[in-house]
Order: sequence, then structure tokens, then C-alpha cells
Amino acid sequence: MMSEISLGILDLAENSLRAGASLIEISVGVSSYEGTLNVSVRDNGCGMTAEQLEKAVDPFFTTKETEGSGLGLPFLKYSAECTGGTFRIESVKGEGTCVKAVFGLFHINRMPLGDIGATVRAVMVLCADVVFSFSADGRGFVMDTRAIRKILGDVPLESAPVMEYIKEYLEENIQETSGEIKL
Amino acid sequence: MKSIEELNAIRDKMKDQVGLRSENPDCTKVVVAMGTCGINAGAREVLNTFAEEIAAKKVKDVMVSQSGCIGMCKYEPVVEVYGPGNEKVTYVEMTADKAKEVVEKHIINGQIVNDYVLK
Repeated sequence: MMSEISLGILDLAENSLRAGASLIEISVGVSSYEGTLNVSVRDNGCGMTAEQLEKAVDPFFTTKETEGSGLGLPFLKYSAECTGGTFRIESVKGEGTCVKAVFGLFHINRMPLGDIGATVRAVMVLCADVVFSFSADGRGFVMDTRAIRKILGDVPLESAPVMEYIKEYLEENIQETSGEIKL
Repeated sequence: MKSIEELNAIRDKMKDQVGLRSENPDCTKVVVAMGTCGINAGAREVLNTFAEEIAAKKVKDVMVSQSGCIGMCKYEPVVEVYGPGNEKVTYVEMTADKAKEVVEKHIINGQIVNDYVLK
């Protein structure tokens, strides 16, 4: 079983990569008033047919010909639903997939959000472009690697000073956005 | 909050050292298994450490990528290193510290770290 929601998000992003995505949008939104923690991962990968979509949360279904039966989606669905939350996947063949999970923020069964910054950095290593938005009770920020590349010009995103700055940027802004809310 | 605009200064400082990443097909590939099993065993920290160390040590011609579950779930996190001649070394039960050692010894100096290789 997953120990962090952020690991579940990384697992979703991995699905996106295997669907050939070149852009992955990760969004985490917290509302203490509503008592919800909303997570979504949207990609521009190959998408699924209606039939594949229906089977996507079945732990015994996979399109893979090698190992692995794809427990990621059923895990995440269960972890959201057992906090009184919801889980939804939308997909259009040839256009992409979007997974949305809502967790009960204050529910005793909710896993901690965990290290979302580390998840975003891992996805940045693997995917051409990433958009990460994080908000909590009206505060928040958006990081878009396409905007970062524009600033950097010829300097690669994966060079050490850039990666170090992005790590600090994510950590500080996540911390400030979260404020006093226990995530 | 920090602003991404601060990267302007970093870019200006780095203008003369572009082209760290290579599209050379003969480059070394580091493939981290990132199935649900790998992720839950700690593949995220292993992947991030490889990327950071390779950048920090300015190693050229290395690509970090991912694969799905390769059927060795009990040995996760698993990392496969493909050399320039495409020969493969499989490292098992990896950690961030082991990843640093593999970058230093195997990727930079060409010495396979036998202690972590799948037996």
C-alpha cells in the first residue's frame, strides 16, 4: 500500500509517460473550509478507449505484455474513497487522460501528502514538460517548465544550478502555500 | 514566495557552459524501474539522486529515464545501466547513497559496483 499521496501522483505520472505524454499537468488543491484535498494529473498521451477506461481500475486488467498488472489506479481509488472522497478518470483516445481524486482532508484514513516537491522533480527528469499547480485556502503558485525553458534559453533545465534552484523554489513555495495546514 | 524569474540570473551566469545533455545515441543510459512496486520501494529518491549527481558532477553523455515494472518487484528499486556498447548492468535494492556510489564508480570511472549487482 502507498504511504504518501505524492507517490500515488508519481505513479499516475508514470502511466502518462508510458502513454507517450510530452506534457503532464499535476495539480494539488487544498480547502480547509470544504475539508478536501484535490489531486489531478492530466496528460496529452495516447488516451484510452471507452472499453479500456472501464477496465482501468480493475486490478486484474492490463494492456502490458510484460510483467505487472497495474495496481496503481485501484490503490489510489481505494485510498481516496476510504476517506469519503471520490475518484474519476476521463480519457479520450488520441487526446489524453485526466485522473482526479478527492481526499477527505481531515479523515483519519487519509495518507499524508508526503514529498510532493520530490514527485514533481522526478516527473521533470522524465517528461518533456510539466505544469505543477499547488493551492491551499486561496494561496498558491504555478510552475510551468515551458515558461522556465523560455527564461533559460540555451541553458539546459537539467544543469545543476537550475535543478538546485527549482528544488529550493518548490520546497519554499510548497511550505508557504501549506501554511499551518497539516498535509 | 520564490519567483521563477530568479532563473534569469542563473542563466546569465551559465551562458558559457551550455550543451550538458547529449542526444548522442551511444550515450550511457540509466533506467530506473518506476512501476508501482518500484515507486513504493523508493525509486523516486533513487531517480532524483541520479539526476542530481549526474548534473552536479557535470557528467556528459548520460541519459536518465524510466521503465515500468520489470518483474523483479522484490529487488526494487531496480536500476539498469546501459553502457555505450549497450551492455547492461542491473543494480538491485538501490538507495540514494548507492546511487551516488554508482555514479562515481561506474558511470564516471567505468568500474561496476559488484556489491549491488543482481546475483
